Amino acid sequence: MPVASADAMRMPRRRSLWLPLGMLALLGLAALLMSVTWGSAALTLGDVWAVVRGEGSPLARTLILELRIPRSLSAFAVGGLLAVAGALMQVLLRNPLADPYVLGLSGGASVGALAAMLAGLGGALITGSAFAGAFLSTLLVFGLAHGTGSWTPSRLLLTGVVVAAGWGAVITLMLAISPAERLPGMLYWLMGDLSYARSPWPPLTLLLAICLLLVPLGRSLNVMARGPLQAAALGVKVRPLEWTIYLVASVLTATAVTTAGSIGFVGLVVPHMLRLVLGNDQRLILPACALAGGSLLVLADTLARTMIAPEQLPVGVITALLGVPTFLFLLYRSR
Amino acid sequence: MNRLETQELVIDVPGRRDGQALTLSVEPGQVWGVLGPNGAGKTTLLHTLAGLRAPRAGQVLIDGRPLAALGRRQVAQMLGLVFQERHDGFPATVRETALIGRHPWLSAWQMEGGEDLRLAEVALERLDVAHLAERLVSTLSGGERQRLAIATVLTQAPRIWLADEPTNHLDLHHQTAVMALLAEQAGEGRAVVMCLHDLNLAARWCDHLLLLYPDGEACWGAAGRMLVPAALERLYGQRLATAEIDGAPVFVPVR
Repeated sequence: MPVASADAMRMPRRRSLWLPLGMLALLGLAALLMSVTWGSAALTLGDVWAVVRGEGSPLARTLILELRIPRSLSAFAVGGLLAVAGALMQVLLRNPLADPYVLGLSGGASVGALAAMLAGLGGALITGSAFAGAFLSTLLVFGLAHGTGSWTPSRLLLTGVVVAAGWGAVITLMLAISPAERLPGMLYWLMGDLSYARSPWPPLTLLLAICLLLVPLGRSLNVMARGPLQAAALGVKVRPLEWTIYLVASVLTATAVTTAGSIGFVGLVVPHMLRLVLGNDQRLILPACALAGGSLLVLADTLARTMIAPEQLPVGVITALLGVPTFLFLLYRSR
Repeated sequence: MNRLETQELVIDVPGRRDGQALTLSVEPGQVWGVLGPNGAGKTTLLHTLAGLRAPRAGQVLIDGRPLAALGRRQVAQMLGLVFQERHDGFPATVRETALIGRHPWLSAWQMEGGEDLRLAEVALERLDVAHLAERLVSTLSGGERQRLAIATVLTQAPRIWLADEPTNHLDLHHQTAVMALLAEQAGEGRAVVMCLHDLNLAARWCDHLLLLYPDGEACWGAAGRMLVPAALERLYGQRLATAEIDGAPVFVPVR
């Protein structure tokens, strides 16, 4: 009898892993198709298919292959990176309010990017400067929180929040002293802007690689979510795992921020939305975050560039406008 | 067969001078009770025995091998710990919580299989929480959570049990059921060490006792030799009246 009931339970377990991931993958594909066909010049699926087969007009080819597909894929990668980084930070800090930016990483990246813009630099230099800022902030927070040895989530969180506040002040200062004609570009960068995104392949490759890396760590992360002592008692090497999570989440966030600026909200809300619906098994939640975060940002970016075309809205505004009601609805229904 | 030993072990209680060094051996089949007033270091001792805290001096050995030389996963396969405090940051169901006990037995790429689920199911059944399997842990009562914590260690199936106040929050019937379960584990050749506040449960179920005094002093030995009213009165700073009921000594604090 126990054997039979165990087998009966096992079936939905297996299925429950692949069904949601399959559906989210379909959602992602649909979002990407929509994003490629919608825009200032509307295209049909037939046009896209023609271009994929190597036919179609030169204009359509340029539009699809050089503008829309790179941008859509960038949006997907950035959304996925942010959602996975957020989910990792929440497990690391065991705090549901944690997001990829909670430890001041986006502040460091923003200061780096704004400094480059202020200096009149452009293109790749802004990206490099932003990555350097993010990296500096990561080292700063980790070094300070580590300090004299004790390294608790609350200490890390407090250090991060204070460092983020410091970056915030520097950003305000830079905005205050920068010439008026540079302000719009800076503001867009601060709110997140995918038109700066160049090649989608580095962030996309990173996203895929990290998802594969995290598969064997999934169950250890589940145990970590129960607290470090419990995890250690069940055979998890807690300190190395915490370091790995922190480093991985930092690299993911830094890559996302340098690709598209500080897009808020995705990293906080997507993991929570998925947990409300799918439960809290990291082996499911982390790949689901990559797919759902990517889809959300693709949709948001499509809306951002079509709603009041030819003007563009900051994509962070759209992620918040889409995410807040969805999240509140799920939260309301779950209790 | 796993034997748990300590050699000249001095536990690290913050702000206290080095206490007496403990050199003792918990054999398979024995049930040890650790008694002492609040703050005497009972939990610290259990965490040190589990390798979660470094001792100030001395070492802990399993089957003659120092704990420090064993991998965390290896230790977790031999030794299980029922914590006194638990924090559940994220929602999880009762079944998922029991299943994490299988963690030390599965490789990184393995999913929990039918056998793991069966072990968890049997453990939940044994602790009388199987009917709550789909419930969220956050909705359980204190006693139900305590039984779930014990079911998780039962799912882990260690050869050495460490339990920090396993009867916390439990009603009378479940106190007895849990003590009977631990005695049964010992009967099957496992070693059990538990911290207890209830002298009478200790007198009833433990065959060995370790008394931890607040100043770091300690004494240990067979339960019959340790249950001396004068020693216990000094341990707790509380006068006791003694009687014998149902074949075991009973201690009642005197007003």
